[in-house]
Order: sequence, then C-alpha cells, then structure tokens
Amino acid sequence: MLESVDTILSSGVRLTAPLAFAACGEYVAERAGTMNISVEAMMLSAAYGSVATASATGSATTGLLAGVLVGMVVGWVHGNLSHRLALNTFVVGLVLNALALGLTSYLITVSTLDSQRPSQASILLLLGIAPLTWWLVERSRWGLELRASGEDPRSAAVTGIRVDARRRQALLWCGALAGLGGAYLAVGEVGSFNQNMTAGRGYLVIAAVIFGAWRLGRTLLGCAVFGLADALRLALPALGVTLNSQVLVAAPYLLALLAMLSFRTSSRAPRALRQG
Amino acid sequence: MIARLSLRSAAVGAALALSAALVAATGGSPAAALRALYQGSLADPTAWTATLLYVAPLLLVAAGACVSARSGMFNIGQEGQVLIGALAGAWVALRLAVGGPVLVVCVLVCAALAGGAWAGLSALMYRWRGVDVVVSTLLMTFVAQQVVAFAVTTPWLLQESRVGDAAVSAQSNRLPAGALLGSFGEYPGLAVNCGLVLAVVAAVLVAVALDRTRWGFRLTMLGRNEIAARHAGVRVARLGGAALAVSGGLAGLAGAVLLTSPVGANRLQPGMSVGVGWDGLLVALVARNRPLLALPVALLFGALRAGGGFLAATGVPPYLVDVVKALLVLAFVVVGRARDAGER
Repeated sequence: MLESVDTILSSGVRLTAPLAFAACGEYVAERAGTMNISVEAMMLSAAYGSVATASATGSATTGLLAGVLVGMVVGWVHGNLSHRLALNTFVVGLVLNALALGLTSYLITVSTLDSQRPSQASILLLLGIAPLTWWLVERSRWGLELRASGEDPRSAAVTGIRVDARRRQALLWCGALAGLGGAYLAVGEVGSFNQNMTAGRGYLVIAAVIFGAWRLGRTLLGCAVFGLADALRLALPALGVTLNSQVLVAAPYLLALLAMLSFRTSSRAPRALRQG
Repeated sequence: MIARLSLRSAAVGAALALSAALVAATGGSPAAALRALYQGSLADPTAWTATLLYVAPLLLVAAGACVSARSGMFNIGQEGQVLIGALAGAWVALRLAVGGPVLVVCVLVCAALAGGAWAGLSALMYRWRGVDVVVSTLLMTFVAQQVVAFAVTTPWLLQESRVGDAAVSAQSNRLPAGALLGSFGEYPGLAVNCGLVLAVVAAVLVAVALDRTRWGFRLTMLGRNEIAARHAGVRVARLGGAALAVSGGLAGLAGAVLLTSPVGANRLQPGMSVGVGWDGLLVALVARNRPLLALPVALLFGALRAGGGFLAATGVPPYLVDVVKALLVLAFVVVGRARDAGER
C-alpha cells in the first residue's frame, strides 16, 4: 500500500512539472489581459522542437533551450497578431493550435528522430522560476504595469503604459515557460515525440489558472491536484480498483468551472479578460 | 473591390506557397500532392460524394457558429456539442422502439436538443455567475469528450453488446438501418446524402434569420453593442442565451449527421467527431460569420478532408491538409483585419 502511494506521488510529480512550468507562463499572460489558449500550441511545438534539436545535437539541455525558443516564437506570433493587428485572441489561439497540431504531426511523420534516454531535467528549475514569476508580476514595476494592463487597459494607457507592448511581453514570457513545459515533457520525461504529444495539456493549464483564481500559489496547487489526479488514473488498474477513469480526466475542467461559478473566484479575474 | 480580391488571392497564394514549400522541403512533390488532393476531392463523382459527406457537418457547425458570433456570445465549444449531439442521437436510435422515418426525425431532433442544451449550460453559467462564455464552452468540450467516453465504456449505457466471446470495444452498437440518413443517387456515381440537404437548408435559414428578421437584427445589435441593445429594449440574457443554444443545437445536429450518414461507422465512437467541431468554427471564421459564404468555404474544407485521404499514395503525410487549412484561415483573418483597418 505504501509502495503504491509512493508510485502515485512520484508519477504525480512528473505529471505536474510540465503543467506547472506552463502555468507560470499562462498566469502572466492572463494577468496582462490575454486569455491565451495558444498555450497548447506553445507546448506542442516546443515538445517537437526540443526533441528534434536534442536528436540533432545529442544534448538534452540544448533541446530544452530550443523548446523555450520555439515557445517564444509562438508567443511572439500570437502577440503580434492579437496585440498589434488587434485580432481576436481566441481566433488567433484556435488557429495557432490547429497549425501547431498539423505541423508537428506532419513533421514527425516525415522525419525520423532518435529516441533519447530521458534526461531527468531538474524539476528544481521550478523552485527558481515560480518565485521569479511571482516577484516579476507582484513586486516589479514591469509587473505593476502588466497588471494594470490586465485590470483596466484604458486607464493604464492614459497613464502612459504601453498596454499592447506589455501584453506582447507577457506572451513572450508565457511562450518561454510553456515551451519549457512542453520540452520538459518531451526531452525530460519521455525522450521522444509522438503525434499530439501534449494531448490537451495546454487546456489543462488554462483550467489550472482559472482554478487558481489568477493567483500563482493556488494555480500551482491546481497543477499539483491535476497531476495527481492523472497519476491516480494511470495507477488505478495496477491497484486493482475498477473505477471509470473518465471522472478523473474530466475533473480538472469541472473543478475550473466550479471555481468560476463560485462568486469570489470570478470577481478576481483580471477585468480585461471579461470583455473577451 | 478589386483591391480586396487581389489582397485575398495574395493571402491564399502565400498560404499555398508556404504549404508547397513545406512539402518540397521535406522531400515530397508539391505537384503530386496537389494532384492527389484534387483526385480525392473533386476529380470524379465518387470523389465529390466523399467531399460532400464532409461538407454537411462542417456547414451545420459553421452556420451555428455564425449565430453565436454575431450575438457576441462567442461559442468555441462546438467539438463537444457535436459529440453530445451524436451521443443523444445514438441513444435514441438504439433505444427508441419506433421505425421508419419517424426514427430518423427523432434522432435528429434529439441530437439538436442535446447539443443546444449543452451550449445552454454555458449560457446559464454566464447569466447566473458571469462565467465567460468562451472559456466555459471550451472547458465543456473536454467534459463532453469524457461523457462520451464514459457512455461507450459502460455496458448499461451505450457500449456495444457482447457477442459470444468476442472482446467489446469502446463504441456503441451499429445503428439500425432505419435510423440512417438516406442518399440520392447511387454509390459508384454521385450520391448526395440527405445530411447535405439539411445543412444547406439550415445555412439558408440562418442567413435569412440573421439578415432579414427582427430577431436577427436584435442579435446583431446585441453583438455590436450590448449596452445600446439593452437600452433599445432587447432582453439581453434571453437573446444571448438563445443564440448560444441555437449554435449548440446546430452543432448537435452536425453530430447526428456524422453519426447517421455514410461518412463514419454509424456507431457512437469517442473519436467520431474527427475535429469537425473545430473545423466548422474555422469555416465560419473564414466566411466572416456569413452563413451563405460558409457554403463555398465548407466545400473547400470538405474537399481538403476528402483529398487528404488520397495523399498517402504520394508519400506526403495526410496532416498536410491540416497545415494548409490553418495557414488559409490565418491568411484570411489577417487580410480581413488589414482591410478593416484600411477602411477606417
């Protein structure tokens, strides 16, 4: 019994890590006022980019860095389309998600990538990134301007904050961390890329930020809960428990919806998010 | 007008050129890929039949997306509403003991009601607690996927019945022949499924309702400026909720068409929506929320889907069509935006 608890916990941590990295990014993007659904595209394309690079160079660290870069490229494209050309951010997100899924599926079919021994990139990275993200958003001047852009873009603009620029920068940060999450999943845990590898983890990250009521601590807690639920689902057959796993898969989305239905959570959403 | 057209064709050209470059860069032949796409989609009556089978659900989803987008209640959860529609349709088809055309009608109506109700939940959450519609429809999609997965793995719900010792899969029984949509024409030639007729009628009705009725006028007003609409006496919550339910209902209907037309296996399967919900939404985006424009766009997307199956022979992965689709949509939305900015 203790042994299985141990298994679930350790696989829970491994399943949480990619979500937590990406959530640190998504949290920043949403605080700046972008409901960024292309986080799925960022994670997926970064997962491919990292494996392709790791396979070409033979170095997992280079792969991770490439993943971060790929994620930033997606964030840069999203930022320019929705905060320079002023396209609807959901439209941009949908298209980017479709493009990333199509492109990575295409590329993985035409190319053969070496399978790497998964190199357990340190999850300790998170211990640096999460506090840094919190400090940037809550304590730095940049973060203040960012939050102002998310709460009241018009007033922010009047006081001389370049709202669109802040939002583009937030998306770059989001791309970097979501890319790290995707790369961590591909290079750090699995060691290879398969078609639609992230399988909706980006949407899970969005659910986590909502569940966390746009606070970093609660968001990371949400990631841990979702990761553990996933680990539990995978461990159920071995434990000999017959339970329909669908409840566990759907739980994160239901929890996010329930959180939004509770009045206190929805009043904490950055106000610009509610205007679509 | 000419400037618009040339801008559009430039955008389409750029999207196609990028796709061709991708094929060439990965060692394929763009010309061969294009030929295969054409042969699989538009070259002969059989290919047209395959294309049109995809057009029907795409057009239904797109027509619904036009309604919700016009009202400002942007619904992006069609993929889930399609599945819930198919689930309800399958349940009715397998459980209801009526025969003949009545059964088909029951299947279609129940699927539409279920899809509408699923989207209606988001409308309720919006009205009750101000939960953002885009986010809730998106999240509900993933819940819907699990609801269907649950239904087809639960024997007392819809999982297929065990025959002898054969293993059962996660799918429902085959629908009875009486529940399937018929086709005009015959198989080796051009066969037009009733689902397409349904979809075209729905698109025309939506176009008329949006552009020629008081309801459509109010809806557009609500989408343009909610405060002005409220002052003009529009019952915002009711109208917005109705728009969302209509769009969900049309997506549910698309699910029933997927279920009962020869495009699929005529069974409820977890993966049966094959991205039709997402694609239908993209169709509406390219058509800029005009249901009649959605007709040719849906034809293009349907042709890409049907042609994608023929790519395998050329060595180009079928995923090429997904890349082409996404690039085309990207080109169209960017050009549409540039045009708006130019006119201002």
